[in-house]
Amino acid sequence: MSINDTIKSDITENDVVLFMKGTPQFPMCGFSGQVVQILDYLGVPYKGVNVLENDEIRQGIKEFSNWPTIPQLYVKGEFVGGCDIVREMFQSGELASHLTEQGLAVKQAAKA
Amino acid sequence: MAMQARDIEKLIVEALPDAKVEIRDLAGDGDHYAATVVSSAFKGKTRVQQHQMVYAALKGNMGGVLHALALTTSSPEN
Repeated sequence: MSINDTIKSDITENDVVLFMKGTPQFPMCGFSGQVVQILDYLGVPYKGVNVLENDEIRQGIKEFSNWPTIPQLYVKGEFVGGCDIVREMFQSGELASHLTEQGLAVKQAAKA
Repeated sequence: MAMQARDIEKLIVEALPDAKVEIRDLAGDGDHYAATVVSSAFKGKTRVQQHQMVYAALKGNMGGVLHALALTTSSPEN
């Protein structure tokens, strides 16, 4: 399986996927950690893919999304954004409504 | 490796000539910046597309020599 196929199957088989440095339990970068906190706050289940464990995915995901940095959040197979966009969407309440629109249960609404 | 704020601004303005760019050096180390970019080119584009346009303007420096650039983008009307 090519690296693109691996990424594709990850984002189709899981509703929410976060490509990140480290794991949801132990983020290894502040930006990845911020997105973990947001997803945990919203109580939405997600798969964390640790790009530090696989250099092919680390490079591959940047090309796949045409996005130069990690973390990267995918919802229902679609690229939502990196840390800045996710934070902006969370603060405006857009992220919670986007998840709800996609049929995913959210525990709490955004706080300012 | 670090990048000067004026070099970042120059690259962005070269690609998006009408852009109003404001850059703050967050840590004073020339490595962690926050940028606000306002350009009419962003009109009708999604946030992801707007950020991709800025990253393209930075010509591969983002994620390389430029470690951290917190981005906020918008078009002049909003």
